[in-house]
Amino acid sequence: MKLFRMLGRSIRDAFKSVFRNFSLSLASISCITITLIIVALSILASFNVENFTAEIEKDMTIVVFVENGISDDKIDEITKKIKGISNVDSYIFKGKQTVKEEMQKESDIFNAIMAEWDDDSNPLKDTFQVKVKNIEKISQTANKIKSFDGVSVVRYGEGMVDQMVTAFQSIEKVAYGVVIALILVTVFLIINTIKLTIFSRKREISIMRLVGASNFTIKTPFIVEGMVLGLIGSIVPVCLILFGYLAFYQHFDGYLFSQLIQLIKPEPFIYIVSLMVIGIGILVGMIGSASAVRKYLKV
Amino acid sequence: MDLIRLKNVKKQYKNGVTAIYDLNLSIQKGSFVFVIGGSGSGKSTFIKMLYREEKPTCGSIIVGGINVAKLRNKKVYKLRRKLGIVFQDYRLLPKLNVYENVAFTMEVIGAKKDETRRKVLKALELVGLKNKVHNYPDQLSGGEQQRVAIARAIVNEPKLLLCDEPTGNLDPERSMEIMKVLEEINKTCGTTVIMATHDKEIVNKLKKQVIVLKDGRLVKQEERGTYSEAV
Repeated sequence: MKLFRMLGRSIRDAFKSVFRNFSLSLASISCITITLIIVALSILASFNVENFTAEIEKDMTIVVFVENGISDDKIDEITKKIKGISNVDSYIFKGKQTVKEEMQKESDIFNAIMAEWDDDSNPLKDTFQVKVKNIEKISQTANKIKSFDGVSVVRYGEGMVDQMVTAFQSIEKVAYGVVIALILVTVFLIINTIKLTIFSRKREISIMRLVGASNFTIKTPFIVEGMVLGLIGSIVPVCLILFGYLAFYQHFDGYLFSQLIQLIKPEPFIYIVSLMVIGIGILVGMIGSASAVRKYLKV
Repeated sequence: MDLIRLKNVKKQYKNGVTAIYDLNLSIQKGSFVFVIGGSGSGKSTFIKMLYREEKPTCGSIIVGGINVAKLRNKKVYKLRRKLGIVFQDYRLLPKLNVYENVAFTMEVIGAKKDETRRKVLKALELVGLKNKVHNYPDQLSGGEQQRVAIARAIVNEPKLLLCDEPTGNLDPERSMEIMKVLEEINKTCGTTVIMATHDKEIVNKLKKQVIVLKDGRLVKQEERGTYSEAV
């Protein structure tokens, strides 16, 4: 009970202090807001990128063409070797007859031409369709398979995949860098805000100490104040996530640029991201105020 | 029974000035003690060491069973809750009214609301300010402000009341009012009162126990002492 009373008092004092030094609080709040907007955008972007690379990964296959006229033993050997690669998730073997039938189903023209081919005159090749676990290592895996004896050609849509993966990776790195720098600036601003609050309440603090307030009672209001600044600062970013992402999703009908890039469904995604952003805001506020209290409140 | 006991206490400040040399004394529970001496005699340092604003360089200070000399910063609040402190400059919070200033003590130690209200009104009645609970410090005279400060110091019903020149800013008439209040607290609540002062008139008139300090040394400790005999 006593603890709750003290916490209630701390929260009341914290809100009072935020509004008493409003111009100063506003500086911290706007900085937190800007930081959190960028944090929110980065989270939304990286989650979507992750989601859609995962989608691509699912569809991503290495097609291995085996040389014509190879013996069944040799095919077994290749199968074993493919199985032995650690990055291989699964594989399917398709004989040239199966490939021919599949292609015939795809179009009438193919059907007409291929109908005349029999087993011996079929110029197509036996194939393996290999799925990988880690898409970033797809080229290594493909090269490895290519070096096997009896393998003629290996295809996995080179170029495009590699470029996309590197591009997204560098975008993510830059975004993280910016977020970290902004968080540092925000922490610094909060330290200053709390420092000034501490100085403006020096007399009150000294009297609190004289009449027997514990360190916990003296420190908590300032730490709560930092958390309140973080919480207020997260209001705008959260609104932006809740309404902005929804509007964005609806505007593009769930796909960005092409059917290839599918956006994450807004619910419950936006609520999770909102909670993350609020959490980050409160945490940043708390870290800033705690370090100010440690530095400037000698109790 | 002794409430306070000092043994071989020495205080040297960081700048090298020694304020107290080898002080040995004890103060009984329920007594009213004047600490007198000229400027720089060590009166304030003595009082400050009792509420652990200053730590002695060596020696031991026992206040109500707590060894103040060894008390860690984190635990100081435990000592402060057992004593009340009154200063020459009142140290009230200007933005709070009389009631809130006194209730502040109860609030920061987490007391319940109804308990706070009961004790605050009782303390304000004792100092004769029950009719001014809604006034702010700048609406009160110096004497009244000091009485609010006394109410704040005793609201928690401490065993010990420390006063560092409480009448230093007041005219003789107001000073006597304050003294009456302090005497009343000493008599009715049994609170031990230790008051540092250099007001000759008060000391001579009240004829209480007197501790005389000179250049940081104890010169005399006597019952019913007077200023003229002492200094």
